[in-house]
Amino acid sequence: MAVREAEPVGSLQEVKEVGLDREDLLGIYRTMLITRGIEERGHILYKQGKIPGSFYTGRGNEAAAVGVATAMGPNDVGTPLHRDMGVHVARGIEPWRVFAQYMGREGGPTRGRDGNVHMAVAQLGLHAQVSHLPAMLPVATGMALAFKIRGDRRVALGWFGDGSAARGDAHEAMNLAGVRQLPVIFVCDNNQWAYSTPTYLSYPVEHIADRAAAYGFEGVVVDGTDVLAVYREARRAIERAREGGGPTLLECVTLRMEGHAVHDDAFYVPKEMFEKWAAYDPIERFRTWLQTNADMTDDEEGELTSTVKRLLNDALDRAEESPLPDPSKLAEGVYASPEDLDTPHHK
Amino acid sequence: MPEMTYIQAISDGLRLEMRRDQRVILLGEDVGVYGGAFKVSLGFQEEFGPWRVIDTPLSETAIVGGATGAALMGMRPVAEMQFADFISCAWDQLVTVAAKQFFRVGTPIPIVVRLPSGGGFSGGPFHSQNPESSFAHIPGLKIVCPATPHDAKGLLASAIEDPNPVLFFEHKHLYRRIKGEVPEDRYTIPFGYANVHRPGDDATVVTWGAMVHTATAAAAELAKEGFEVEVLDLRTLIPWDKERVLEGVQRCSKVLVLHEDTRTGGFGAEIAATIAEEAFEHLDAPVMRLAAPDTPVPFSPPLEKAFIPQVDDVVTALRELAAY
Repeated sequence: MAVREAEPVGSLQEVKEVGLDREDLLGIYRTMLITRGIEERGHILYKQGKIPGSFYTGRGNEAAAVGVATAMGPNDVGTPLHRDMGVHVARGIEPWRVFAQYMGREGGPTRGRDGNVHMAVAQLGLHAQVSHLPAMLPVATGMALAFKIRGDRRVALGWFGDGSAARGDAHEAMNLAGVRQLPVIFVCDNNQWAYSTPTYLSYPVEHIADRAAAYGFEGVVVDGTDVLAVYREARRAIERAREGGGPTLLECVTLRMEGHAVHDDAFYVPKEMFEKWAAYDPIERFRTWLQTNADMTDDEEGELTSTVKRLLNDALDRAEESPLPDPSKLAEGVYASPEDLDTPHHK
Repeated sequence: MPEMTYIQAISDGLRLEMRRDQRVILLGEDVGVYGGAFKVSLGFQEEFGPWRVIDTPLSETAIVGGATGAALMGMRPVAEMQFADFISCAWDQLVTVAAKQFFRVGTPIPIVVRLPSGGGFSGGPFHSQNPESSFAHIPGLKIVCPATPHDAKGLLASAIEDPNPVLFFEHKHLYRRIKGEVPEDRYTIPFGYANVHRPGDDATVVTWGAMVHTATAAAAELAKEGFEVEVLDLRTLIPWDKERVLEGVQRCSKVLVLHEDTRTGGFGAEIAATIAEEAFEHLDAPVMRLAAPDTPVPFSPPLEKAFIPQVDDVVTALRELAAY
């Protein structure tokens, strides 16, 4: 089973065939704008000294994140990573909660107990990553195991990167998933740099998706800056898993357009590489596509942009109103009580 | 009331949980067709099927991580490590993911990791360890170390019911050596309550796991000399019954903390420090610790005997306490 290199998406007709109408398309664009807007504003907050610790963005990864998340069903679950703000936004997180999370406030999904993108809202079907990537891949496999045991028509998605692909967790998770043909999609955000480590020092084959053959399922490589191609491939994989067809390794290739974190100027990335990939900016690319193929007018676009701007302004205000956590409550919530069980996310 | 070995009690307890709750699954290496390396789950796959008694690849990370994911989706997984020693391969899943998820994002991880632990049969450095203190240091995990068949069954039911990751240490040397009366029906034993395995007022031995039996044999020796030793079985380390330990110290004024794990940084150090902080004025002798020396678990019988505290070692320590 060789890796399959996905074609780009062309016309509106082709897009309709994969289940998206014009309204969906504008929705995807809006989600991408919110995603980047959150991170751009986060960057400003960081420079203003309002964000403790470090700050990470997924600039360049918006299409990969939003494309995959849009293809998820309402009861599907996932474990997105620090380049996947678009997954949280697509699943419906309120942006003010992201800002509150950045600033260590009570209103963030972790209530100040963890920082930056180490967050998720379980009610939206997302479960928070840890720093030790890709430790959430075996967890995603376990979610899929639960679905398979119960016969739920649900799919789990586990995200990892070109760097964390080198760790044993990735192997164990994919091997078990392959053996049991579990409904899980392994989504690789291949942004070509693991901190300062280039892909040729991370793996010795052409594609990470080449590995899928070794686990007995399909590997697909898709242009991670083409949101519609990502959506099409993710949806195909998710629906196949839902029908009992087992896992897929979906590799979305893009470039991390900023440093590993805010302190890193990415001097080690060749200038030409940035220039080349800047021409494939996921949002610009989709904007042009919408203008050409879906007749997005300047008015429509202006309306979208200003709605997003308002949303984020309000979100920032609300986040700044959110209190800092109470240190006297630090010791609470280390252990769960029986009443914490069987909340909606457990179903 | 039927009599069961320690391993029969674990098996019986697990079977009852799986019968009463469809969400309980068992996953691990060779747990299905083979019935587990120690045969705890013998016959389980016939009764519950291959999707509730799951033979996994040799993948401790995937076993514990998979249990965590299944728990997040509403299951009650019991993961078996073939030997407690192999939990090192799944450290990250347990310590980085499972232990911290509730604190971070409020989603409980109700999993039980069964850990056949302990030495006494030349298992060598990788099949004999007692790694409980490493995990007792990790906030978010609970640690259970039953010493009797009765406690093993009741504590296992509590562990499966508990909404947190629970490490269930089963002492391999007790599996077929210890028998006792065990109720047929399901029952639970709450965590954090020590059990007086043997009453006494002259000194108290605070211990758990297989050492409960070593201490009891030593106490019988001392009783011949008119020195009555209490053997206090903690049963669970996280949480541990501090009140009962301090009560024993107040009453007996002499205390020996005993464990099979190595000495430095062992859980006994935490108990000794707590006694020093909170019951210093009640002590008639320094808190004494008896534990394995700070070496890997050795293989050859004379070396292993020198490593694991023996009845004679406990007798000697208690005589020293008596004479102080």
